[in-house]
Amino acid sequence: MIWLTWRQFRAQAAAVAAIALAFALVLAATGRRLADLATTYRDVFDHLTANDRHLFYAGIVVIAVAPVIIGVFWGAPLVARELEAGTHRLAWTQSVTRTRWLAVKLGVTALAAATAVGLLTLAVTWWSQPLDGALSSTHGSLPSRLTPVSFAMRGVVPIGYAVFGVVLGATLGAVLRRSLPAMAVTLAALIFVQIAVPTWIRAHLMPTAEQTVTFDRQRLDGIGISDNGPGTTTHVTVNTKGGVGNWVLSNQTVDASGRATGLPSWFGSCLPPPPAPGTTEGPVKVQGPDTLDACFTRLNAEGYRQHVVYQPAKHFWPLQWVELALFLAVSGLLAGFCFWWVRRRLS
Amino acid sequence: MTAVLRAEGLGKRYRRRWALSDCTLEIPSGHVTGLVGPNGAGKTTLLSLAVGLLAPTSGTIEVCGGRPAADAAQLAKVGFVAQDTPTYPGLSIADHLRMGAHTNPRWDDAVARSRVERLGLDPAQKAGRLSGGQRAQLALTLGLAKRPELLILDEPVASLDPLARREFLQVLMEAVAEHEVSVLLSSHVVRDLERVCDHVVVLVDSQVRVEGDVEALLDNHVRLTGPRRDPAALPADQHVVSASHTDRQSTFVVRTDAPVLDPSWTVGRLGLEDLVLAYMEGSRAVAAGPVLEVLR
Repeated sequence: MIWLTWRQFRAQAAAVAAIALAFALVLAATGRRLADLATTYRDVFDHLTANDRHLFYAGIVVIAVAPVIIGVFWGAPLVARELEAGTHRLAWTQSVTRTRWLAVKLGVTALAAATAVGLLTLAVTWWSQPLDGALSSTHGSLPSRLTPVSFAMRGVVPIGYAVFGVVLGATLGAVLRRSLPAMAVTLAALIFVQIAVPTWIRAHLMPTAEQTVTFDRQRLDGIGISDNGPGTTTHVTVNTKGGVGNWVLSNQTVDASGRATGLPSWFGSCLPPPPAPGTTEGPVKVQGPDTLDACFTRLNAEGYRQHVVYQPAKHFWPLQWVELALFLAVSGLLAGFCFWWVRRRLS
Repeated sequence: MTAVLRAEGLGKRYRRRWALSDCTLEIPSGHVTGLVGPNGAGKTTLLSLAVGLLAPTSGTIEVCGGRPAADAAQLAKVGFVAQDTPTYPGLSIADHLRMGAHTNPRWDDAVARSRVERLGLDPAQKAGRLSGGQRAQLALTLGLAKRPELLILDEPVASLDPLARREFLQVLMEAVAEHEVSVLLSSHVVRDLERVCDHVVVLVDSQVRVEGDVEALLDNHVRLTGPRRDPAALPADQHVVSASHTDRQSTFVVRTDAPVLDPSWTVGRLGLEDLVLAYMEGSRAVAAGPVLEVLR
């Protein structure tokens, strides 16, 4: 049965393995220089070439896409193609029980997916380690590894996504009994999961940290104005202590009673006027340092504080393992359902 | 004589439609049994139940002394050539034989290889490029080399041209003689089965109409032709299977163990095809009769 599974699977496996290996080789060839850069300079960002930055984002895209591709092209047709072509009648009447047939097929495919994506994520994680959260001394940065942009494209979590993709695809294929619809639904479902997990789930996997801080220039990260005529609200974002690498979940101004609020209207006069329509928007120049400091002092005196909720950078690995465990557990449950469906409902 | 297949009150329902209902059946071992009936009569359902691809909705079925597909040992006892003889198009003939060797404990590689050779097939050829007849032969080879106690074939010749049909059935018969395997095969073309079967089961409208040894059935069914008369007027030991009337003449197919003595009848012997058709017609008349009455 393992032989048959491998015989049916080897072409697809070879294709994915070739792509994964090629990408890993490119990373291996360029990665050493980055590691050297990081030990030499503090502001790595300023020493990167455009090519480096493209590769950085390519790494994110590849690891985001790989589990989806694997789920759609390995998982969805796994059972569906047999049902579609009627070959399940051939496979299920050899001297191998249906349970064993599915166990081997699903096991081999999931293992191959975990290996392929595991290799990729190992390469990408190693390669981008010096770059994650890299800052410039003046302007610009790369996202840190805990932010939703790159968390699921680093460490061990991508393996969980790949296994989940295969099991989800296989289950949908068994239920829908047609490859193409199964592939389409798998694609949609996996994209949804990749958006839903960072949006609604990941932040709650571990207790968050929070800080209520006073305003000062060192902490200022940016000031945003949404100009909707009268009642204009202004938002300030500030750095949390330790700053780099934290995943900020909410960054809100609270008044003296602790209620979330906007900044008081007088704060608007502390800021430069918005650029006139038609002019190009340059970097916002904060009015004279004295003015802003005075405004901050007044804000602090009136009881305004900035309330920041975040996942601290040190939660990266614990969160990785928890999310991996979550995906493997859900995959296990789904696989159980798949076995039940193939044994009972397809007869 | 033991039974290779025993069904009791067997039924299978798809959503709200019964594809097979209340089927009680015993097929003796050591025979080639033909399962005949019109399209949609439930032949494929019955055979799928026998190999465990389907699970019964009601009743029980036992094949070679066990529940179909209960475990690997049970699966090894039953060979199956499915309708349209599915094979993996991307795999070569040699790959299919290797698959058989890897998935069947009693696989007979010598038989498989010599059969492929005798058929003149190139083992390196992909199954997807075989003709319908060759694919059917490959499926049969897989079924036989598994060395099952019972080989089940579902409409194996339905999609073949007459020549390929004859070849296939001939090969099947040779193999049956050689390996002493019981065979259960279905077809909606009775003439195909006439040559090969010594036992027959007629399935119409998801129910078993008649079943038994072909010789015995042909001996105790006769066609009576004579002046028109009411079927109720026939002697009690003559069971009417089908009846047709013209203005002056009646034709009955009846089942009877006693010789027909009434001199007004012309008594004719039936072939298997006539017999099966009589049962198909008979059940249609029963089903359609009252409805037509109402419509009139």
